[in-house]
Amino acid sequence: MRMLINVAETVVADALRGMAAAHPRLTVDVENRVVVRSDAPVAGRVGIVSGGGSGHEPLHAGFVGPGMLSAACPGEVFTSPVPDQMVRAAAAVDSGQGVLFVVKNYTGDVLNFDMAAELAEDEGIQVAKVLVDDDVAVTDSSFTAGRRGTGATLFVEKIAGAAAEEGAPLERVEALARQVNASSRSFGVALSAVTTPAKGTPTFDLPPGELELGIGIHGEPGRERRPMMTSGEIADFAVDAVLDDLRPTRPVLVLVNGMGATPLLELYGFNAEVQRVLTERGVAVARTLVGNYVTSLDMAGCSVTLCQVDEELLRLWDAPVETPALRWGR
Amino acid sequence: MLDAEFFRRWMSATADAVDREAGRLTELDSAIGDADHGSNLQRGFAAVAAALEKERPATPGAVLALAGRQLISTVGGASGPLYGTLLRRTGKALGDDSEVTPGKLAAALGAGVDAVAQLGGAKAGDKTMLDALIPAAGALGESLSFGAAREAADEGALATVPLQARKGRASYLGERSIGHQDPGATSSALLIGTLADTAEAGA
Repeated sequence: MRMLINVAETVVADALRGMAAAHPRLTVDVENRVVVRSDAPVAGRVGIVSGGGSGHEPLHAGFVGPGMLSAACPGEVFTSPVPDQMVRAAAAVDSGQGVLFVVKNYTGDVLNFDMAAELAEDEGIQVAKVLVDDDVAVTDSSFTAGRRGTGATLFVEKIAGAAAEEGAPLERVEALARQVNASSRSFGVALSAVTTPAKGTPTFDLPPGELELGIGIHGEPGRERRPMMTSGEIADFAVDAVLDDLRPTRPVLVLVNGMGATPLLELYGFNAEVQRVLTERGVAVARTLVGNYVTSLDMAGCSVTLCQVDEELLRLWDAPVETPALRWGR
Repeated sequence: MLDAEFFRRWMSATADAVDREAGRLTELDSAIGDADHGSNLQRGFAAVAAALEKERPATPGAVLALAGRQLISTVGGASGPLYGTLLRRTGKALGDDSEVTPGKLAAALGAGVDAVAQLGGAKAGDKTMLDALIPAAGALGESLSFGAAREAADEGALATVPLQARKGRASYLGERSIGHQDPGATSSALLIGTLADTAEAGA
């Protein structure tokens, strides 16, 4: 294993200390693992709290700041944070207007946020929750725990954050977050497996010349393995998988997301193919974001997320945002 | 009769066993999950052992309740709330008695297992920790033998190999989850195994 770490046990705390040093506008509680925008709680504004396992950077702490998240709780690598962290975060950002928890649909995240919501409400904090479940690689049936939450998390956090920044009440912020999730779908592809610091070897074995289709963001294998495809063939497959499920009638936001180890040269090239497929399928593109935003440690690969938008969602997407990883309009 | 000291020894034996088996649990989890089950439980039960040493709760129920709260506060993932709920609810069902019979423990464990099933929305055969816990609680209730409970838990964990996961992260793999032993059922069998060890060592 060659990793830029000291020991596996302290990777999350070490990263948080480094984040604090790089971003003075964040308040980073390394011991309790809570990252808060330093001007929180903002009077009269709903708080937006998200969290999940570490290893997906910049998600979520990289999205804390004006116009997006009020606070983030990073868990251990690929492990949900604990309720104590979430309650602390909620208390730190609640101005009396309530807090929205943005939760990705993984059993651990759901259970811990459920427990945290109960505890926060006991402390007199009004809590609403939105579950992100955008991954079309996982069929939604009575036999599974539902779709995974992946790339759409960024759309939900940005748009809900913009609405909160404008002073929308909790009910409205929650409704918008649900609308964004319902309007979003994702599909991911892995060209290599993940190596977690705790394990030190790849979590699954992917022979050269093959790729995994339908991967999530936790190093679990995908749904299907095939011989390596070209960027154009992958774009056809991934975009069609999303469109088969979403069937948009309005313009879409496009997120071409890298899983951590795929360079921008490849991601931009892949985006060119994604745009080609969308044009061929008659789907109008409103905005496009390309980069490593919802990653999976050192996994090579990419995901495509589309979100169908109306005028209000697009306006909120374009609204100013100032976070370590997403910044425009200010 | 089983006193608070017995339950402290059980938890401490579990911390040792999880420490010893962390690598194997993580290996199982890397096949169908995300390769952290061993290290997560290791962190949680180390915190349990430390808290029990410091606070020394006086009753069996209080020992398990404290252990459960520690797991919820330190483990994260799905294992934290699920194991935490198992121990907390088992402890709650034991009440305030300073000593409990194996029969009472069997009934309480049954209540804890029910709480896990409710929280996770899973049932027998879904390829989860319940596949070890349900038979173990059943065997203990029927025979009041900790050895029988261990045997049932081990068999239950092994029986998850051919199953397709229907809950948790492994469920996202669909048919590809078949052929691997469930890490949660394996760690549950470990917990029941240390219960039997503790009972045998005390006899």
